[in-house]
Amino acid sequence: MGFQSPALEYGALAPMLIIFGAAIIGVIVEAFLSAKVRAPIQLAISLGAVVLSLSQVWRIRGSATTTAAVNSVVIDGPVLFMQGTILVLSLFAFLLIADIDAFAAQASAVPGSNEEARALESGKIQTEVYPLTLFAIGGMMLFPAANDLITLFVALEVLSLPLYLMAGLSRRRRLLSQEAALKYFLLGAYSSAFFLFGAAFLYGFAGDVSLAGIRSAVSGGPGNDVFLIIGMVSLSVGLLFKVGAAPFHSWTPDVYQGAPTPITAFMAAATKVAAFGAMLRIFYVSLGGAVYSWKPIFTAIAILTMVVGSVIAIAQRDIKRMLAYSSIAHAGFLLTGVIALNQEGLKASLFYLASYGIATIGAFALVTLVRDSSGEVGDLNRWVGLAKRSPAIALIFSLFLLSFAGIPLTAGFIGKFTIFTAAYESGNIAVVVAGVLSSAIAAFFYIRVIVMIFFSDPAEDTVTVTIPSLYTNLTIWIAAIATLALGIFPAPFLDLIATFATFTR
Amino acid sequence: MNLLTSMGLLPLIGVGLIALLPATNAKLVKQSALLVSVLVAFLGITMTIGFDRGVTGFQYVERYSWIPSLGISYQLGVDGISLILILLSVLLVPIVILAGWNESEGGRFSVKTFYILILVLETMMIGVFAATDLFLFYVFFEAMLVPVYFLIGGYGSGARQAAAVKFLLYSLFGGLLMLASIIGIFVISGNQIGRTFDITALSTLEIDATTQNFLFLGFFIAFAIKAPLWPLHTWLPDAAKSATPGTSVLLLGVLDKVGTFGMIRYCVELFPEASRTFTPLIITQAVISIIYGAFLAIGQKDIKSLIAFTSISHFGFITLGIFAMTSQSNSGATLYMFNHGISTAALFLIAGWMISRRGSSTIADFGGLQRVTPILAWSFFIAGLSSLALPGLSSFVSEFLVLVGTYTRYPLAAVIATFGIILAALYILIPVQKALHGPTTAGNENLPDLNRREIAAIAPVIALIVALGFYPKPALEIINPAAQVTITKAGYSDPQPLVGGDK
Repeated sequence: MGFQSPALEYGALAPMLIIFGAAIIGVIVEAFLSAKVRAPIQLAISLGAVVLSLSQVWRIRGSATTTAAVNSVVIDGPVLFMQGTILVLSLFAFLLIADIDAFAAQASAVPGSNEEARALESGKIQTEVYPLTLFAIGGMMLFPAANDLITLFVALEVLSLPLYLMAGLSRRRRLLSQEAALKYFLLGAYSSAFFLFGAAFLYGFAGDVSLAGIRSAVSGGPGNDVFLIIGMVSLSVGLLFKVGAAPFHSWTPDVYQGAPTPITAFMAAATKVAAFGAMLRIFYVSLGGAVYSWKPIFTAIAILTMVVGSVIAIAQRDIKRMLAYSSIAHAGFLLTGVIALNQEGLKASLFYLASYGIATIGAFALVTLVRDSSGEVGDLNRWVGLAKRSPAIALIFSLFLLSFAGIPLTAGFIGKFTIFTAAYESGNIAVVVAGVLSSAIAAFFYIRVIVMIFFSDPAEDTVTVTIPSLYTNLTIWIAAIATLALGIFPAPFLDLIATFATFTR
Repeated sequence: MNLLTSMGLLPLIGVGLIALLPATNAKLVKQSALLVSVLVAFLGITMTIGFDRGVTGFQYVERYSWIPSLGISYQLGVDGISLILILLSVLLVPIVILAGWNESEGGRFSVKTFYILILVLETMMIGVFAATDLFLFYVFFEAMLVPVYFLIGGYGSGARQAAAVKFLLYSLFGGLLMLASIIGIFVISGNQIGRTFDITALSTLEIDATTQNFLFLGFFIAFAIKAPLWPLHTWLPDAAKSATPGTSVLLLGVLDKVGTFGMIRYCVELFPEASRTFTPLIITQAVISIIYGAFLAIGQKDIKSLIAFTSISHFGFITLGIFAMTSQSNSGATLYMFNHGISTAALFLIAGWMISRRGSSTIADFGGLQRVTPILAWSFFIAGLSSLALPGLSSFVSEFLVLVGTYTRYPLAAVIATFGIILAALYILIPVQKALHGPTTAGNENLPDLNRREIAAIAPVIALIVALGFYPKPALEIINPAAQVTITKAGYSDPQPLVGGDK
């Protein structure tokens, strides 16, 4: 029997291959081109790759579900939808990253050293953030598509490792940024270990690493249930860490605050899509049969996450930390979609992820604009009276906050409505009640920010709102329009999602 | 295009128009806003004239699919109850604009913004009463909060921000509880008749008692906050005290009616059995509201707080009328909503003029106004008498209907509620005596009387109060069939009066 080379379905893999290819080209560009021309070229490569990849996703959207690369990757409706969402969000993230002065000139230079100052002065600014982001995007696209535990783990690492680095790239307040990166890395490494541990036990249980194999073992195989439980719990720890669910959320505020804001935007929006994508696949496809084992725990975690996120956010005095806790609360709402374990839950989750992601990018884009002489200002006390000087910025920021709060006529409301409907349909009324109550708590701190912006007089040491660059402007306006449009006319988008929302088992 | 949509759209067109006007020309902005609101009021009157009193179902119905995959449609229609409330809203807006001609100045935001907010609010008010799709109703219900919030927080006085936030958070909390219930009934509809939000279809659902109780509570708490009913009323005095008089008129006159309207349209009609279960509790709350609001009103030193507490008492009557579940009490409650709207509007507007003239809202600072400003004093007196339900003025009819209707089913509640009338005499006549009669307090000698603009604003209100007091038939003709339908849907029939010697 001769060696048979594995068949790779290049067509189905094209979106990911393009991104990975562009990432490698980006590394080469970084190594060989002079500092002056690097930034625009990197940006062009990245944007080009994302757009090309999007077009490929669009091209294969209609084709029947396929598995690719010897069954290790599955390309079905939800995967394509999530890949598309990740790519669109990344497109905006790149537009924010293009404002390169958020990043350290040389990540390797010691903070405050002469070396750092020299690099800034001479304009020798490294642009490794572009290829790093591309690698992360590639990992994110692979994560929900992975069809076995090994691929899943590889994707997890490919998406995580660049993010650890990117979190430490902030030009200002570099120590905070590096601390965030280290914290993220250490906790991330722990969670990866848990994930791997869980994967090993699931293999022990099912004798198979593929999701389909685990599925058939769960629904009536001879496997050892103790292994299954240990495996599920550990695997979930790894996934819950990535989505920032309580009690594995503690990295979120530090990393969100420390990372350069464009990266925070990218992480908050795109990582959530990828991580929930993988989670939805694992629980809908593989572990659906064991629902009675994990549903109570997940219900408790979802409720805890909502409450922790909403309550602690009230005490925050920094806008990025507040948005971080708000993202934790939203992770709780999204978990209700996982627990629902029905078609509606999947559709609602997809809608929620897309609408939340776009509003998040928009909100963080606005955060980058509020500055003083030393850079961005996160301190909420200094945002006071912003509406007096920049009414447009204040209005749009309020729109995003209202969307997060789930006020009707914004995308956030439709998301919340559909996801709670799915949870109610699955009979999980406790989580719906907890959800609306923590929404009420959450509304308080969103509104408090609006009050600060609109109804207080500006303090003495005021911040200025910089004139947004074309890229940032574009991001903000598109995000704002999308948030309103998805709130008022969600029907076409909901119908589109409906055509995507079936997992291949 | 259908009349209801045109009515809702017209203020928005006005908003677009005002946005284009130069910000420096405040007078032009005000005139345009007034013109638009008068046009809307005319449409409202046309609609009332064209309303077929003999038909019990919804009229002026229109329906467009909005989010088909969720069974949501843009669906409007009016029955007698919603018609009378829409009429109230569209009549009050021009009066408020005219009466509070200078309210918009000196706020945090521009004059233009004030009128934009008022007109947006008008659209929402029409929408919230006209919606016959539960989801659409909820959208209006929540979205309405935003303009009100900015009106209180941006143009009010005193601790306006705190009051605005308190108002918003209370309302949002209630709204989110209602959202849970809406999701509940939506899912049940999906299981039984296919996903829909059409309230006529929803009222045919068969829901088991426990679920019904919980869903009912979600709606009821939201509406009880809105109405507001004791013990969920604490936001109202703050909000009413801090808002401008015009905003307070819309807040108490119209927005709070969404609460009592919702109790009829959603609580009672969608969850008849649960309504019956909770009736004793709600009647108790209503009676407490009547007495408690009245007592606190007597003790108020600030004239705006006083009016706010009288309203809590009046909302007690309305709620009592709704849940007594007789056709008389129900008609009375709906008529009461209208009458309370106009008499509170009169009180608040006149109080606003008094406050702006004197520069103080403390009742004790006024005195002897009867001699200095006779027209103002008389108007206040008449509005006050209507508020205490003097026979011959509009509120009497509705209060009497509520009490008579309640007595046939809950005699004890009716008897206790009657004490509210006596207390009402106190809380109105004490400020009337202090502020209007007696020697003129120092500093009040030169206060100007109402000018022509102000007379033009208050005259129609006073006229309406007197007219409906003597001849309430046109209003009752509109309301009665709808009230009868509500009672029937709730599964009640009027108790037969016991005639002596018939046994």
